[in-house]
Amino acid sequence: MRALLNQRLLTLAVLAVIISLLPFVFPSSYYFRVASLVWVSALAAIGLNILMGQAGQVSLGHAAFFGIGAYAVAIGPTHLGIPPWAALLIGAILSSVLAYLVGRPILRLKGHYLAIATLGLGVLVALVISTESRWTGGPDGMPVERLTLFGWRVSGSYTWYWVTGALLLVGTWIALNLDETPTGRAFRALHDSEVAAQVVGVDVARFKLQAFVIAAVYASLAGSALAFMNGFINPDQAGFIHSVELVTIVVLGGLGSVVGSIVGAAVLVTLPQALTVFHEYEHLLLGLIIIVSMIFMRNGIVPSLSGLFLRRARS
Amino acid sequence: MKSKATLKILLAAGVMGFGLSEGALAQNSVKIGSVLSVTGPSSFLGEPEDKTLRIYVDKINAAGGVAGKKIELVIYDDGGDANKARTFATRLIEDDEVVAMVGGTTTGATMAMIPVFEDAKIPFISLAGAIEVIDPVRKFVFKTPHTDKMACEKIFEDLKKRNLTKIGLISGTDGFGASMRAQCVKVAPNYGMQIVADENYGPRDSDMTAQLTKIKNTAGVQAVVNPGFGQGPAIVTRNYAQLGMNSIPFYQSHGVASKSFIELAGAAAEGVRLPAAALLVGDKLPESDPQKKVVTEYKQAYESATKQPVSTFGGHAYDGLFILVEAMKRANSTDPQKVRDEIEKTKGFVGTGGIVNMSPTDHLGLDLSAFRVLEIKGGDWNLVASGS
Repeated sequence: MRALLNQRLLTLAVLAVIISLLPFVFPSSYYFRVASLVWVSALAAIGLNILMGQAGQVSLGHAAFFGIGAYAVAIGPTHLGIPPWAALLIGAILSSVLAYLVGRPILRLKGHYLAIATLGLGVLVALVISTESRWTGGPDGMPVERLTLFGWRVSGSYTWYWVTGALLLVGTWIALNLDETPTGRAFRALHDSEVAAQVVGVDVARFKLQAFVIAAVYASLAGSALAFMNGFINPDQAGFIHSVELVTIVVLGGLGSVVGSIVGAAVLVTLPQALTVFHEYEHLLLGLIIIVSMIFMRNGIVPSLSGLFLRRARS
Repeated sequence: MKSKATLKILLAAGVMGFGLSEGALAQNSVKIGSVLSVTGPSSFLGEPEDKTLRIYVDKINAAGGVAGKKIELVIYDDGGDANKARTFATRLIEDDEVVAMVGGTTTGATMAMIPVFEDAKIPFISLAGAIEVIDPVRKFVFKTPHTDKMACEKIFEDLKKRNLTKIGLISGTDGFGASMRAQCVKVAPNYGMQIVADENYGPRDSDMTAQLTKIKNTAGVQAVVNPGFGQGPAIVTRNYAQLGMNSIPFYQSHGVASKSFIELAGAAAEGVRLPAAALLVGDKLPESDPQKKVVTEYKQAYESATKQPVSTFGGHAYDGLFILVEAMKRANSTDPQKVRDEIEKTKGFVGTGGIVNMSPTDHLGLDLSAFRVLEIKGGDWNLVASGS
């Protein structure tokens, strides 16, 4: 147990050190912006990884919760006069309630049915957001009021780098801890074999639902953070493509690996920026890199590489 | 990129002691940035914009550049994603250190990028359609395409001439359709128009006969207007003919102003009217028309370089680039603040979209004369003589 705790602390410490040292090598605030985007995507991916990696369920509509979080902080202050920070909480609560209500029937489904049901949920939410233009500004999106905390106006790439970095640290800490709680162990049991989990007395439906709600809250908070950071939001963030991106981050980084989600996000966010020098071959190369890494690192980047190092260390 | 970044850091560290900067190396060029949707769902807009900018920057540089400097064009593809557009906008300003920007294919991407340019005080000439880009006026933001409000006004002006006042609307629920519908509803009373039917359809619907039947059965509809974009309007036009509604005058928007609309709608498009830029009918303009020279030259340059038919969208990029270049020439400087001031003073600039007269309260500078009313006849665009 002690060793485990140390390992968790070590992971967290390394992440904290990376976040605080990166600014020393960043030449301009553009790099801060890209890094903040990595932290935000990683936060959403860590949540989704709890559902996919730990509880073994697929969600193809996860951007819906991201969108709810983002639009909560856009609509709340603009149309209803709710303070931005309260809107953030309301978004998280709305997401968890929706995940709970929708998850109850959906999570009794298995395999492809579950994937299709979550896909449907994602499409529905995106549709509502782009159609209810009176509230959401329609397909062109809407501006978001800046976040103010105790009279401090949170804006600028530097500030958001630290805010999103801190959010990611907290999110990582919770996810790492969850892994070692009875709930986390129940998730793992679910992932390995639902039947076996049921036999040893795990309430399968309840734990699936819990994982779904946790994942929704993560995505919602990440969505709110992005909306505040950009000062602008449009329905793309709640759309199907974004859902696929989140799933790709999780799978690419490594199912069940918290660090993997962060690495996956880093790769998927920075790669398109790095590949712009290739102009029209950009998308081709992006696809190629993802395909190649999935072929040679079938379990995802982090689990594959750490497995490799462990084997090397032993021999 | 990674190696480039590392190299940059090493370079920066290396030259720090000498007090040199990268700027010293690039003194003889001026960087103009652009973020366009070259791929993705809006690529039919972004691609001609991208090609137009590249063709004309090469031409300008071959002719000696601007204000004594060669233009270095930096184009990023946002794939139609507003969030990516915003990141690239930051990159243009922070990393590439551009002095001005001509780009922003969609309204969504433009709106997401505006705060970045306003904060950095860098002039931004947008290529997006909706009126909210320049209304309210923002100090550093300009745009070249006609607004949807102007399209509504032009249509209503033509309807008024024909003494038709009761109209039915059928609009797409996409960004373009929804925005133009709202503008049409807003300006209708100014022209004594009465909207007696108001229907809509999803951007991917494949049949609109139900909505059209409803309009057909509404008593007193004298004309139908279809604010829409992409393939939707072509389907509406086909359904319109299938329902035998041809006796009721039918108006499309400037959103269908490309040859592919006529191809998709086929014979059903006969008799449809729409407001569009002079570029589409360049060869049919009278010699006396001030825009004749600009639009025929642009059409020829674009078509010979790309072997593709010209579209009004690429024309918006042409206008944006030359408004910027002429402002730089007048200012004889590439200082963003001075260039901004000169862009605002643009007067009598003849572009593909119309004649541009900007002012501190008007960052578009086009009036209704920029639009021509066209009628589709014999599978081609035809100018409608005023008053008919």
